[in-house]
Amino acid sequence: MTQIVNEDKKNELYAFMDEVSQERRSNSYLIAVLHKVQQLYGYLPQEVMDQVAEKMEIPTSHIWGVATFYHYFNLKPIGKNIVSVCMGTACYVKGADKMLLTLKKELGIEIGETTEDKLFTLQEARCLGACGIAPVMMINGKIYGELDSKKTVDIINQYRKAAQTDIE
Amino acid sequence: MAEEITISINTKEYKVASDQTIMQAADKLGFHIPRLCYHPKLSIEGACRVCIVQVEGMQNYVASCSYPISDGMKIHTNTQDLRRARRDIIELILDNHPLDCHTCERDANCELQRLAASMGIHARHFEGEKKHYEKDLSSDAVIRDPDKCILCGRCVRMCSEIQQVHNLTQAYRGFSTVVMPAYNMPMGESVCTACGQCINVCPTAAFLEKNYTQDLFEKLNDPDTVKVVQFAPSVRAAIGEAFGLAPGRNMEGELVASFRKLGFDYVFDTQFAADLTIMEEASEFLERFQNNGKLPMITSCSSAWMKCMEQFYPDLIDNISTCKSPMSMQGAITKSYFAKKIGVDPKKILSVAVMCCTAKKYEASRPELIVDGMRGVDIVVTTREIAWMIKSAGIDFLNIEHEEADHPLGMSSGAGAIFGATGGVMEAAIRTAYELYTGQTLVDIEIEDIRGLQGVKEGRLEIDGQEIRVAVAHGLGNANNLLETVRKDPTRYHFIEIMGCPGGCVGGGGQPYAQVNAIPLDDVALKKRAEALYDLDRSKTIRRSHENPDIQKLYKEFLQRPLSAVSHKYLHTHYKAKMPVGIVPKTERGSGV
Ligand code: SF4
Ligand code: SF4
Ligand code: FES
Repeated sequence: MTQIVNEDKKNELYAFMDEVSQERRSNSYLIAVLHKVQQLYGYLPQEVMDQVAEKMEIPTSHIWGVATFYHYFNLKPIGKNIVSVCMGTACYVKGADKMLLTLKKELGIEIGETTEDKLFTLQEARCLGACGIAPVMMINGKIYGELDSKKTVDIINQYRKAAQTDIE
Repeated sequence: MAEEITISINTKEYKVASDQTIMQAADKLGFHIPRLCYHPKLSIEGACRVCIVQVEGMQNYVASCSYPISDGMKIHTNTQDLRRARRDIIELILDNHPLDCHTCERDANCELQRLAASMGIHARHFEGEKKHYEKDLSSDAVIRDPDKCILCGRCVRMCSEIQQVHNLTQAYRGFSTVVMPAYNMPMGESVCTACGQCINVCPTAAFLEKNYTQDLFEKLNDPDTVKVVQFAPSVRAAIGEAFGLAPGRNMEGELVASFRKLGFDYVFDTQFAADLTIMEEASEFLERFQNNGKLPMITSCSSAWMKCMEQFYPDLIDNISTCKSPMSMQGAITKSYFAKKIGVDPKKILSVAVMCCTAKKYEASRPELIVDGMRGVDIVVTTREIAWMIKSAGIDFLNIEHEEADHPLGMSSGAGAIFGATGGVMEAAIRTAYELYTGQTLVDIEIEDIRGLQGVKEGRLEIDGQEIRVAVAHGLGNANNLLETVRKDPTRYHFIEIMGCPGGCVGGGGQPYAQVNAIPLDDVALKKRAEALYDLDRSKTIRRSHENPDIQKLYKEFLQRPLSAVSHKYLHTHYKAKMPVGIVPKTERGSGV
């Protein structure tokens, strides 16, 4: 909550909206504004979408339509580590769907969700360009290839351990 | 001017005006091309592709709802290949549809069902993965059932283009697309005004009114209550359509008789309370007009408008008449004056309202309307619901002997009848205000300027040398245009009537579904319903509210005079700004009058 009421972020967002609202085509600049929101807050908090609606005079339903249409907008707060499972053709053929199931089970969340300890957010990705080592997943930009269930769980555990040591 | 060109449909040539789509030209020539997402009052979505036709020389089929005709165009609407393609499209929709028609509320009233039948789909060969979502039962008025939705987008366009409420959107994408309010908010907590127009245009049962028929049947069997019903003007003008009659027949006598057969002890008429509303509202207007009160005064009868105003126009709250709607006035008087008259504890009265409107369900639940700890109206059912109840009870509606409503709350003037049509409240108010102010009777009482289906209508009249400027809007989108003008130019009008639905109450969200091959909210049907009410007005000897003898008696015996303390207690209410705040897009602001 403290994050949301952060005045600096709000000021930056409003300055950005003032700037883009000089332009005419409202829908295209709405996407730009939502990107700005995500950049500032990490996701699209409802309160902030309300502010955008009021300031830009766009009904919240329109904003919600756009926000849900594009996969890259996060609608919930995201975790410390973003786990993206590649669902490109090569990975899929090599069993990416099984990897995804393993992750869902291990983390106890669905795609787009974040674990309760805010450690992991699970996402699907289009081809990550690492087809040679399919199936792959990416965590915070780092690629892990030739996955099987055990390897996947091991990697997740490494991140858990790292977080543990961070705290200690 | 459009030039005349030659096209051929199914090998026969026709001369037609050039400025039309294939579907429009075909319609006029008597070829009904199947369609789903198309609605003549809404923008073209072109999403369903049910309306495809074949044009010679073109490789792909074209969507006839959006494709313009051109000279020499050779169109085919019914080849075997086309029939198969359309059939495939409908089958794909059915694959993702619950197919529980026999338990669906829109069984026999469903466009998808009719389309499937007309395509000759009699068996399902393949069934894919079906979506499943919870029903949204949060609203007192409008239920949302995404499983039934086929994503034609008509509701979304209705809500944003005609009503400009912008409550709905198609959220997410592909197989996961769902029609919902912002943030997947429950309908009951959203900016939804409960107008029910999404129900009117939905081809399936994805939007429905909250149904109270079973509840009502049960309560009608309770021997310990006095069961009282009132019914709105527009119910009588439209219910015939639910029994297969053409629009525009006044079914008042049939309705009254059916209510008695259903078990109501007293049948009253909301038109009586419409007369009462006029007494109060005309007096309120004159009081504001003479004493520098807040103007323009804006009417408050329409429940969808009431909620819309509290969310979108809180700055205008002081402009809104404090009069309750006729339904709520009737309810309050039923449980006070009438209860006393028959010597019954008002808590023992079941007060039922039969309305053309879904928003009245919402209104009846407003805490602001409670008097002496009681709601004025306990149950609201729509025209559709009562039609079903009459059928379900085995009443021969069309052949029943006509009956008349009861005294003392059943008699009305012609002014009370025209409340159902846009402009009617204003017209009725003028008839009475004129006489209250000047002491003279207004002779020309049919005020043509404010009748009809134009979105915003203006009129002016002279009362005792003073000019009064009035305006009328129907449908919340038109209201929005009008109110933007008022915000900019607050002295432009003195008195404004706003109705939330297209055409006024005759086009209410609770009216019968469109008949086979008819269009929901068709202008011709709306006009005919309105005409039925204007005819009713003309047929009455008493056409001014203040001349209604039962109204005069009510004031003498109970209310004393308009705007008295008693009147205020029972007949007036208040409003307050509500969350969530409604937002009208910048682009639609001040499109002007
Ligand atoms: S009831 Fe009216 S306001 Fe509510 S969603 Fe439907 S069309 Fe929109
Ligand atoms: S709810 Fe009805 S009108 Fe709206 S998109 Fe779905 S099927 Fe069409
Ligand atoms: S009716 Fe033409 S595309 Fe739907």
